[in-house]
Amino acid sequence: MRFFLCRIVHGAFLLVGVSILSFAMIELAPGDFFAEMRLNPQLSAETLAGLRQQYGLDQPLPVRYLHWARSVARGEFGFSFAYNTPVAPLLWSRARNTLLLTVPAVLFAWLIAVPIGVGSAARQGKWGDRIASSGITALLAIPELLLALGFLLISLRTGYLPTGGMLSVGFSELGWWEKFKDVTAHLAIPVAVLTLGSLPILVRHVRATMLEVLQSPFINAARAHGISSRRLLFRHVLPAALNPLISLFGFSIAGLLSASLLVEVVVSWPGLGPLLFEAILGRDLYVVIGAILFSTMFLVVGTLVSDLLLFAADPRIRAQ
Amino acid sequence: MIKTSTISLPLLLLGFIHLMVLSAGFLSPYDYASQNRALPFAPPTTIHFIDSHGEWHFRPFVYGLLDQPGSFGFYNEDRKHVYPVRFFVNGDEYKVIGNVTSHLHLFGVTEPARIFLIGADGYGRDQFSRLLFGGQISLFAGLLAASLSLVVGLGFGVVAGFYGKWTDEIIMRLAELFLALPWLYLLFAVRAFLPLHISPTAAFMLLVLVIGLVGWARPARLVRGIVLSAKERNYVLAGRNFGASDLYLLRCHILPQTVGVVLTQAALLIPQYIMAEVTLSFLGLGVGEPAPSWGNMLASLQQYHVLISYWWMFIPGVALIPVFLSYFLLANALQKRLRLG
Repeated sequence: MRFFLCRIVHGAFLLVGVSILSFAMIELAPGDFFAEMRLNPQLSAETLAGLRQQYGLDQPLPVRYLHWARSVARGEFGFSFAYNTPVAPLLWSRARNTLLLTVPAVLFAWLIAVPIGVGSAARQGKWGDRIASSGITALLAIPELLLALGFLLISLRTGYLPTGGMLSVGFSELGWWEKFKDVTAHLAIPVAVLTLGSLPILVRHVRATMLEVLQSPFINAARAHGISSRRLLFRHVLPAALNPLISLFGFSIAGLLSASLLVEVVVSWPGLGPLLFEAILGRDLYVVIGAILFSTMFLVVGTLVSDLLLFAADPRIRAQ
Repeated sequence: MIKTSTISLPLLLLGFIHLMVLSAGFLSPYDYASQNRALPFAPPTTIHFIDSHGEWHFRPFVYGLLDQPGSFGFYNEDRKHVYPVRFFVNGDEYKVIGNVTSHLHLFGVTEPARIFLIGADGYGRDQFSRLLFGGQISLFAGLLAASLSLVVGLGFGVVAGFYGKWTDEIIMRLAELFLALPWLYLLFAVRAFLPLHISPTAAFMLLVLVIGLVGWARPARLVRGIVLSAKERNYVLAGRNFGASDLYLLRCHILPQTVGVVLTQAALLIPQYIMAEVTLSFLGLGVGEPAPSWGNMLASLQQYHVLISYWWMFIPGVALIPVFLSYFLLANALQKRLRLG
């Protein structure tokens, strides 16, 4: 239990550190949201100064940070200049959509990667392994951007899948089953791209760790006892190879979040990515900070989950 | 079957690609910014040997293009005139090195015909020329940013590992912070706080700086690990007791041990950074028009009609594949050698 408290406190410190870092970077940057308005002849310099004062942008950095921290405590995460609302409601709905995209992608990627990795480790150097390895290397070399654009092209050509967005027109009038089908159809392309994009690294790691365990003496002993090769792989080798893979699970979430940022923008999925992108173009500082903080939060939660899994899977860690 | 441990093959391929990109001015028939407003999205030019009368020409030639009636961006060949392809022709001016300029191009066709080996973009600019010039930006942004990351990472890693104690503590906490963020988000955030509308040269420098500085943490951590174990080796301790200075120990005994990790990291980081530049430019946060980068060349695919109709607009993305493949093979081979050696 102390282990987890420790991890949670560590994660909280990380989030505080990230927020301080972001604020420090704003301070270094020239201009703010109202700097663009300066070009507007209808707004006088006094009005702008007034607006800055109203939003507290004229305060020194530590004051602004404290102000912002207080609004985080209220659950508002600062104020969006462009949307003219607190940031939190914006972020929650967008973050939900990002999760809707990344969670299935993580699941599919692992569900596909483990059998392929185990299979090719079991047939090391044979044709099956070689074909799988070549395919994985090829996939590794194809940028996700190209994958996303290619899938979009195919779906536009065939017209089989909807392209872009998350919901069809008239979504609210559909029954729940139709709604489910609609969202699933919209999910197909981005999830496929993210799955294929994160697959190669996972397969390579699964294969490498499996190979390492396969060479250890206890596997030879088990084999000498006449255990069938399938049972050997899944009951003896895989559990022993599990630890590094579970840690990788935490890291794979980080990679996936970065990838989903781009994929979301390309297929105009209303997730954190496009929100962050628009906020950058509009210099909407608190939205930018909020989006970064949320993505870090996903990451912290991801590592926490992988720690939990590690705890459940490995008795040695429980004994500590 | 390619042996995964061969280093020379990916190196040769990379050398070839970089050489092509560096000699862009000579290899490309046009300047990257020269427009042909009458020829938006002209398809790849067909190179003929046999003309409409069935006559064989020893010198290859091309036809001019005529608008397809009632359409935009689709063309028919004008079979009346023949425009031969010529080699070593004079054309648009380009810079060789510094202020030395030249007009000599490897190939070209007689005006007013145009030769677009892989088609033209929406302003009728030659994709082939833009691909080569764009490679200068995309490939070298990755290369320079990775060098920057490695230099900064090496510096911090060595300091943290060698001097230990509170310097180590501070640097590694900071590195953890940088590693905790999904790095593309971090990259975007840093980009967010910098001016948006700047000249292509400034944008290039800015991208290199931002990408390079955001990624220092991983190499720093790896280098620190190696330095930590290296400084406890007996010969290093012996050297210290013989009165060797810190600088001498670092230079002669510790830094040489980090070379392997640094090289492997370089092979891993460069493609990642190339992709970062492409992503930022694709989204309009990187190098802007008219300067080409593989990212902003792909940006026109965000319009659905371009995506569907003009396949040659994908080529900058496809060009990334051999580059990435070579770097991955290189990284693989380096890793394998390190484990054996």
